[in-house]
Formats: sequence, C-alpha cells, structure tokens
Amino acid sequence: MDEIIFEGKLIQDLSKTCLRIRRDIIEMIKVAGSGHPGGSLSATEILTCLYFHTMRIRPDQPEWKDRDRFILSKGHAAPALYAILAERGFFPVEELWTFSAPDTRLQKHIDMRLVPGAELSTGSLGQGFSVAIGMALANRMDSKDSRVFVLLGDGEIQEGQIWEAAMTASHQKLDNLVAFLDYNNCQVDGYVDDICSIEPIFQKWESFGWHVQEIDGHDIYQILSALQKTKSNFGKPHMIIANTIKGKSISFMENRPEWHARALDENEYQQAINELSNIEPY
Amino acid sequence: MESREQLINRLQIKSYQIRKNILTMIHAAKSGHPGGSLSITDILVALYFHFLDIDPINPNWKYRDRFILSKGHSCPAWYACLADRGFFPVEELITLREIDGRLQGHPAMTKTPGVDMTSGPLGMGLSAGLGMALGLKLDGINSRVYVVLGDGELNEGMVWEAAMCAPKYKLNNLIAIIDYNNLQLDGNCDEVMPLEPLKTKWEAFNWSVQEINGHDMEAILDAIDTAQKEKGKPSVIIAHTVKGKGVSFMEDECDWHGKAPNDQQLLDAINEIESHKVQEISL
Amino acid sequence: MITNAKAIATRDAYGEALVTLGDLYPNLVVLEADISKSTRTNKFAKEFPDRFFQFGVAEGNMMAAAAGLATTGKITFLSTYAVFASMRAMEPLRTLIAYGELNVKIAVSHGGFTPANDGVTHQATEDLAMLRVLPGMTVIMPADYYSTVALVTAAAEIDGPVYLRFTRDPVPVLYKPENEFQIGKGIVIRKGGDVTLLANGDMLHIALEASEQLESKGIQADVIDIHTIKPLDTDLILDSVARTRRVVTIEDHQISGGLGGAVSELLCESLPTPMRRIGLQNTFAESGQYNLLLRKYQMDSISIVNAVFDLMK
Repeated sequence: MDEIIFEGKLIQDLSKTCLRIRRDIIEMIKVAGSGHPGGSLSATEILTCLYFHTMRIRPDQPEWKDRDRFILSKGHAAPALYAILAERGFFPVEELWTFSAPDTRLQKHIDMRLVPGAELSTGSLGQGFSVAIGMALANRMDSKDSRVFVLLGDGEIQEGQIWEAAMTASHQKLDNLVAFLDYNNCQVDGYVDDICSIEPIFQKWESFGWHVQEIDGHDIYQILSALQKTKSNFGKPHMIIANTIKGKSISFMENRPEWHARALDENEYQQAINELSNIEPY
Repeated sequence: MESREQLINRLQIKSYQIRKNILTMIHAAKSGHPGGSLSITDILVALYFHFLDIDPINPNWKYRDRFILSKGHSCPAWYACLADRGFFPVEELITLREIDGRLQGHPAMTKTPGVDMTSGPLGMGLSAGLGMALGLKLDGINSRVYVVLGDGELNEGMVWEAAMCAPKYKLNNLIAIIDYNNLQLDGNCDEVMPLEPLKTKWEAFNWSVQEINGHDMEAILDAIDTAQKEKGKPSVIIAHTVKGKGVSFMEDECDWHGKAPNDQQLLDAINEIESHKVQEISL
Repeated sequence: MITNAKAIATRDAYGEALVTLGDLYPNLVVLEADISKSTRTNKFAKEFPDRFFQFGVAEGNMMAAAAGLATTGKITFLSTYAVFASMRAMEPLRTLIAYGELNVKIAVSHGGFTPANDGVTHQATEDLAMLRVLPGMTVIMPADYYSTVALVTAAAEIDGPVYLRFTRDPVPVLYKPENEFQIGKGIVIRKGGDVTLLANGDMLHIALEASEQLESKGIQADVIDIHTIKPLDTDLILDSVARTRRVVTIEDHQISGGLGGAVSELLCESLPTPMRRIGLQNTFAESGQYNLLLRKYQMDSISIVNAVFDLMK
C-alpha cells in the first residue's frame, strides 16, 4: 500500500488552526451563555481539514456554483462551523461574539438564510444527510466534479432516515459524497453504548454498500489520508468513521455527556482558555 | 399426534384453500393486493395453523401470541387465515373493503377481531411489534410476537430504528419474517432500491438471521422452530418468495401487486390452484 | 405534591407527577428518546428503571413501540420535544395511536417557542393544530405547576390517547394545591365583563398581566384558562362571550388551527363575535430570548391590551 505523504508544515498549520477554532468555540459559548461545546470540540479537526485543505470553496463567493459543499447534519455543533467559516473568511471573526444574541445572524442552530457559507438549516437530527444526497445527485446530473461532505453524529445515526439515505447513496453510487461520523460515544442521556449501541458500526456501513474507513478523528494525518483515499473512483459513497472524544482538549469536558449542551462559568472558562494556551500544536 | 410429514401435508392443503379465498375476496371487492398476499400465504398458514397460540373465541386473550402484518396491504391473506381459524365467519370475507364492513382495505385493529395492530403505511409494524414484545417481557409472559415485513418496506428508515433497538432489549420473543419476493411497485427491488447483502445487514444490526425458501413448508417450520429457541436476540427469517405464488399468470408480475382478477381470471386461478391441490394429495 | 417555588417549569411538574403515578400504577411505563434530563423523565427512570425504556434518537420507532406496549395493557407515557413528536413521529401517532384508540400519553416538553434560542428547528408552533384535528385525541397545555400535576394525573386515569404539552422555562405558580382540575373544563381565573381573554400554557399568566393593565384603563376582562383545547369547554366559553361580546385568544402557537382556530369554529357556528387571535401570525419565529420573542412577535401583554383596544373601537 502506497504511503500517503503530507508536508509536515501542512499538518502543523492545520493543527494551529484547530487551536484557534477551539478558542473561538469556547469564547463564543462563554459570551452567549449557552451552546453545545462537547460536540463542537470533537468535530474540530475534521472541519479544519475540510475547510482549510480539502474543500474547493471561495469565501468571497459563498454561492459559487462549482463549490464543494459541507452539511453539518449534527446541527448542534454550529459553534464549530461558525468558527471555521469566520476564520476562513466568510464573515468577520468579531461577529462570532454575537453568537446566540438577539437579532444575530449566528443563531444557536444554523439558519441557512442568514449565514454566509452555510448550506443548510440543521438542528433536527437525521435530515441533513438526505439533503447531502440530493446535492450530490444534482452535482452528478450537472456533470460537476464538486463534492459534498457531511458530518453525522453517532446518536444521530439512531434516526431511521439516516439509513434511508444510506441505502439511496449506495444505490446511486454517489462516490462524490463523503460522510464523516463523529463517533465520540456520547449522546444527551449518556454514552451511546448504553442508550442504544450502534456497533458493529463498520459492518453496518459496509453492508449498506459504502466504502468505509475508520480513523482517529483527532489525528490530522489520518484525516487527510482518509480524505485522499476518497478521491479514487470506488463507485460507492464514502464513510469515514472518526473515533473522537467529546469535548476534546478541555480536560473537564473530555468524554463527558453532560457537556453536550452547557455554558461555561467564569472558572471553567478560565481553565479552558489556560489549557488551550498550553497546547503545543503538532 | 401428528407426524412432521402429516403436519406439512395438512398445512400445504390448507394453503390452497387460503389462496382460493384470497382471490375470491379480492375479486368480490374489485380491488386489493393479490400478489403480495399469495407470496406470504405459506408463511401465514404455518403461523396460524401451527405455531400461533391464539384463541378465536377470545381475541384479546392476555397470553396469546401476537402477529403483525407490517406489510398491511397483504391483508387478504391475513383475513383469510383469521376467518378459517374462526375469528369471524368465512362468509364475511367477501365484504372486504365494503362500507360498514369489518374488513378494511388495510388492517385496522379497532375493526377486525384478531387484528392486533393497524398497518398499511409501511415501516411501522416492527416498531409496534417491538413494543408488544417489551410489554410481554415486562409482564413475564412467554408469548411471542411475529411480524411479517415486505422487502420494499425495508426502504423505510423506521424499520432500521426498530432493528437497532430490539437487540438492545434482547427481545428473543420477537420474530420477524421478510417476504422477499424482490418486487415492489416501481419494479424489481434491485432496480428501485437494492437490499443486498440483506443477511449481512441484519447481522450487522445484531439479529439472528436465517434465509429460506418461503414456499417450502418444511423449511418454514424448521426456521421458526429455530427462531423460537433463540435466547438472547431477536430473529429474522429472510424468506425468498414469489409474488403471486400459486397462480401462474400472476407469478413474479409487478402488475399483480394491486389489481383485482376479473371473472375469467378468477376462474382460471381457482382451477389452477385446485389442480395443484389434487396433484399434491395424489402424490 | 407541593411546591414552594413562585415559578416552575411545567415540565418539572410533569417529571414529579410521573414518579407519583409510577407508584400508583404498576403497569405504567415511560418511553424516552435520549433527552430524559430535558423532558424530566429521568426522575422516573431512576425510581423505576425496569419500566423505563430508552430508544435513543429514534422518535418514530418510539411512537410506534408505544402503540405496541399499549396493546399489552400498559399505561404508556412517552416524551420528547413537542416538535419531534408532532412532526417526525406524526404518522404512527395518527395511524397507530389515534386511529387505534390506544392508551398512550404523548407528554412533550418545549411546547411553543419556549425552546427560544434553540431556534425554529426545535420550536413547536404548529403542533396544536395538527393534534387537535385528530379524532379521539385529547389535547392539553396546563399553565402552572398544580394544574400540570392534576391534569397529568387525570390523563393517566382515562383510557385513550392524550397530548400533553409543557414549557421549557419556569412559569408562575398560579393555582393552589387544593384547586381541582378536570380535563375539558376551563377555569375562570378572573371575572370582568368587557372582554373574554382565553389563554393556556405559558400564555395564561401573560393574559393575566394584560388584564391588570386593562383594569388600570377601566376595562374589565374575563380571563379563562382553556388548558384543554380538545375537547373544548364550549359551555364556559359561550357563557363568558355571551356577556362580554368580545374575544381574544392567546396561545404560544400559530394563530391558525390551535386555540384560536378552535374558538373561531365554535363562535362562528354558535355565537358570531368580534375576535382577535394572539399568536404567531403565519410566520416561523427565530432564535432569541423568550421575552424578546414575545415582544417581537406581538405576543406579550402589551399586544394583548392593544388587541382589546382594537376590539373596543
């Protein structure tokens, strides 16, 4: 198997960006006094790799017709996507501090009519995936080589509509569709394994006709390699199962379901910021 | 005490009668779903005339086994079995779909004795069956819940919600049977929405899976026997069937999904079924 | 059950009532879709783990499984957010539970736009219209702690499907422990004579505020808690309206199809009366603080007062 090579500098830059994104997420949620930190932090590396390396996009032209698209099907991770879009230049970083404020464009769940760069209003789980399929179908109809990327939650795949979409994507051989599963094993009422286990997850997606890879969702090299492999024409849609940690990088949040939707108090905020400033980028 | 051979023979002979009644009632109603009713006949006969512990005089008997026809459009087969078992008079079968009648176009639990759950919009029966199985286990009742699903029906996401959930509660009292006749409304399943690898899918959802010929009575009996012995998980039996089985001009034809036979077609069908039966008995 | 709180969310009252009912009825079960801390079914889950069933993020499956459990003789409560029960899981709700006349209580939190800054995806502002139209369904939105406890209990006592809608945030405690409540029977909490204000749920105390503001302007309002939208307490409503000859309905919902719709239908047939409906004016709301949403979408006490002025012209 050919080893995929990426420049060390690329990985370092992406790692630094992840740190910035994480700071933005914490800051946003602190200012707003509410939000979903755990699932935003677990998705950070994935989103950073997509927006700062893989996806073909033009921040000054959010409607560019040949753009790659991304759908945040696990819509509660909006803080992560807002941070990414801002840092990428879709709107000013300062606007992030209006998250969840009255009359803001950056509502707690994404409103596609308001946010430059947002492809879909999500928040109700299980639906974004189907929309992604529609977009991928359209791209193919229009003979575009643009791709569609989508991020699913692990609790989210308990929703039946996910499996309807999975069946369709495979039947339609949508190899221009790449899905990530943010497998942090935490949902609202507890650990996924306790609520309703999704294992064996690899076999499930394979049996539904997907090309499946499993990676460490915080390892930038692994994310980039997996994405590179999706460029080959498999005739199948791509699922990358990313093993992640809810609340990654903030010690008191890591792997704790209770940090699904919770604001930080002053002490927690200080501690979080301190911890982030002590992290050495890769 | 019936021998295995005698049992199989009895059930096969019963299936001919049920097939005739299915076609007669759909003909009388001038509408209905013959194809998918005929494909599940042998399975339903095995359940209603051998496996199910039920009481026609007491349809709500607390300790009964339960049955849900999740692919509710095939209810003529169900009604035919219920009538033959004594839940209501066989004469009532020709009131299928008639106003003021008890036999609705799709099963309605408040209207028909012996119908444990309403169905018709596909995809909900396995979930409802799961709920029943949970309730029975909670009460320490050893009865079982059988759910017959269609293959096209497996396109419905709710089926997979139930599939994910049932093993969590170790519902070994839940037995699903898939009528895999490979035809749905708009064409072959393979064309509309392929299901393969179906066995692998169910295994990946942690069910105990068997695959059989859904018209081989012995295979049906063996599979359900095996499923009944399962201790820790729900079971699914993938039954390969033929839509319209038993009537040559209906077999494997999409058109016969939801179309009533006319007078001549009914006559031809009945004659054909009769001749198969005579052959069977004489063997 | 007693509370010392001045204000408490009706979902909290529900969570407590469920535990009491769990003791009273050994055949009562509770189903949940991953948000038990939010819907407050977690209290029942702790006390009666064998009768609590967690379905994960799968509301459709949960709704249909509830139907299945009900057929085995259980008093089946299920909980999620109002928007998910009424939208996503509507088909099994209608076709299995309502049509099957099954003993399932759909007890949902975050009714109306009480989810506030979670945004439109999580707000339930069309559900009362959808549920009210279902044959055989009882639809209730209690206004405070005591009425919630009583009406949840009453719902458990009847045989048949019931939709119970609760608030996310605290609402003032309006009643006393000794007050009695019946499904289908409204409560006159203020007698006036100049106008009839019909409200329920989180809007009742706002209607009361409006009536106080009106009083300072010399206008006396009847304020009636229509906690049960179906079956509607037609006698009580007609009795008040016959005297006042002016009506304002107030609900955390679209103006079409819910309380306003039900009352319009009644009055149009029995006692045509000038009327104004307070609620969302055929628009989705948005993310925002609850009080700010009330103001922006003209559902606060000032808007009610203005509606009354308009009627009195």
